Amino acid sequence: MSTIEKRSEFYFPHRHLLSTEGLSPAEISGLLDLAEDAARQSLQVDKKTDTLRGRTQINLFFEDSTRTQSSFELAGKRLGADVMNMAVKASSINKGETLVDTAMTLNAMRPDILVVRHHAAGAVELLAQKVDCSVINAGDGSHQHPTQALLDALTIRRNKGRVEGLTVAICGDVRHSRVARSNISLLSTLGANLRIVAPSTLLPPAAENLGVEVRNNMREGLDGADVVMMLRLQFERMAGTFVPSTREYFHFFGLDREKLKYAKPDALIMHPGPMNRGVEIQSSVADDPRSVIREQVEMGVAVRMAVLSALARHLPNH
Amino acid sequence: MDGNGVTDEKNGDQATILINARLLDPESGRDEEGGLLIEAGRIADLGPHLRRNAPEGARVVDCAGHLVAPGLIDMQVSIGEPGEEHRETLATASRAAAAGGVTTMICMPNTDPVMDDVALVDFMMRRARDTAIVHVLPMAALTHGLEGREMSEIGLLKAAGAIAFSNGQTSISNAGVMRRLLTYTRDFDALIVHHTEDTDLTGGGVMNEGEVSARLGLPGAPAAAESIMLERDVRLVELTGGRYHAAQISCARSLAVVREARLAGTAITCGTSINHLTLNENDVRPYRTFFKIRPPLRPETDRAAMVEGLAEGLIDVIVSGHDPQDVEVKRQPFEEAGDGAIGLETLLAAALRLYHCGDVGLAKLLQAMTFNPAKLLGLEAGRLAEGAPADIIVVDLDTPWVVDKAELRSRSKNTPFDEARMQGRVLRTFVAGQEVYAYGDRNFV
Repeated sequence: MSTIEKRSEFYFPHRHLLSTEGLSPAEISGLLDLAEDAARQSLQVDKKTDTLRGRTQINLFFEDSTRTQSSFELAGKRLGADVMNMAVKASSINKGETLVDTAMTLNAMRPDILVVRHHAAGAVELLAQKVDCSVINAGDGSHQHPTQALLDALTIRRNKGRVEGLTVAICGDVRHSRVARSNISLLSTLGANLRIVAPSTLLPPAAENLGVEVRNNMREGLDGADVVMMLRLQFERMAGTFVPSTREYFHFFGLDREKLKYAKPDALIMHPGPMNRGVEIQSSVADDPRSVIREQVEMGVAVRMAVLSALARHLPNH
Repeated sequence: MDGNGVTDEKNGDQATILINARLLDPESGRDEEGGLLIEAGRIADLGPHLRRNAPEGARVVDCAGHLVAPGLIDMQVSIGEPGEEHRETLATASRAAAAGGVTTMICMPNTDPVMDDVALVDFMMRRARDTAIVHVLPMAALTHGLEGREMSEIGLLKAAGAIAFSNGQTSISNAGVMRRLLTYTRDFDALIVHHTEDTDLTGGGVMNEGEVSARLGLPGAPAAAESIMLERDVRLVELTGGRYHAAQISCARSLAVVREARLAGTAITCGTSINHLTLNENDVRPYRTFFKIRPPLRPETDRAAMVEGLAEGLIDVIVSGHDPQDVEVKRQPFEEAGDGAIGLETLLAAALRLYHCGDVGLAKLLQAMTFNPAKLLGLEAGRLAEGAPADIIVVDLDTPWVVDKAELRSRSKNTPFDEARMQGRVLRTFVAGQEVYAYGDRNFV
């Protein structure tokens, strides 16, 4: 039963998926509908279709990743694509080749889809300008991670039945977070009310201009929230000290049972992973029945299948 | 250097007269129709009486009513020679300069090796004499190796020909060192041209900090990093009385610091780059590395403030900030790409945008690129006056054209003005009476 192929009426008018900025509500909903189908497909005994049969997908990860890379790999394989993971650490990047040359080299191997993660903002866009195939941004620096925002939106929609009108509190290291940037534009396009909650050192500059409410404490930040989205403290992107200690950070901004009371009783608890238990989220809260963290991972595969198949509709046939 | 059938030997002696011209002298404010006579590398005579009269035997250049002004003096030019000739040489930079109407280039000391030794200044000047077609004057390093710690030999370097002292694109972060430099240079009446940036505050910032950097996910550098360093320098100038010029200010707050200093009677001067007068941070989107410069492009409000500061006379100097970078350095993710933009050839045309939109008068605009830098550096050039060096440009103020980076003479092509619409261009450039550029003339391509 290859339900993902039945929605042939859905047209996704972009060659790449680089950012959630600029996606229309209809395009987002279309992708989420496709992902619902993909989620059903993943529950079958035979999980595989031939939507992408004969297509080559290369996962090019310049930054370490476990979940996103395996999620993309599984998504491609379930759609029948030949998936190759580029081990960047062992590649010519470390021999001094520039990103653009790497792109040219890969392009010459005629892939159909490149899935790219890079530690510098804008790097995936630069690469997309230099290749002929479709490019999916799997995270570029502190800029964007569009499939994460799509899977978050899907998880919210499945649990709440809608996204529009919900109050979503994004808490923690917003400054360094591509997940936050992607979600801010995607969820506000879908009509959610966004709130970002963080100590001022972890807010992006001019945060109030991003179309969100800004709060510096969890009580105000979580007040009446339908969704509480926690972010990981990204120590690897921090130059210098942004908070005095993880102990102090957890005390004021870590999600524990006390702070969770400020949110609506049926609030969803989300986290893009990997979690620092005891730093931004209390262990028992992460495992609370209201936590949908594992469902996010499940939806990750579905959303990536949806994006791959949506982009594949425009790939040349020969 | 021979564009008109006159032999080189003769050209040196032969008088040239520019007739039917609009003479504009930024020093005296003279703006009238007339002619200008060049003899032995200097301006022999000028005025309305020469508008249609040419002395016997002189080569006559009919300017057809176009502007005749002093050649531009660009106070901040980086060249890769010595050390990085693949970026730019004195020869290629000087050809770009000639085509852009720049007749004097002040070169930055961040060469390889660093211009902190008398022998290097001497090398640079001899090399320029042999290969460059415009004047080249080196700015020497303020500290050894530009490291910001030990004073370079200010007196000897000045005697060797260093026109001013700079620490390149880095600031002297140690206030004690800066104080001693300001005190010591005072004895030699040497000018310090300082890049103002508190690098601790800049952190890893690669563009202006604000909404645009937040959306692009790029680390930002706050404008305060610039004005804090400038403010510190003002206090040190008050303390020492040294001669101080802020190389490039770029934000409204820095302008306020300059205004306050002037009101308090502290004699500091400042410059800004043509980029900060005509471009803003929005141009960086989406990750255009040719717009990655230092100081970074600021919001439109800051750009507008810079233009007002220029019109008001608070900003003394406009520089091109010419900084050639090869493709490999720029064709990188934004955070990892190099800083810098070329600008010699587009300096005047870009500046004319401010004139055409009515923001800054023509005389004021030219003053910031001719007479003001000349006065700061103690040069005779930068004016149209009898006896002044015949460094002269003829400018068509009105004809529109489109910048094509492939046609630029610079060895590197990292211009932020590629495909930009310009109005007005240089028709002829004379350096010490010699014609070194004529628009459309194949001898000067």
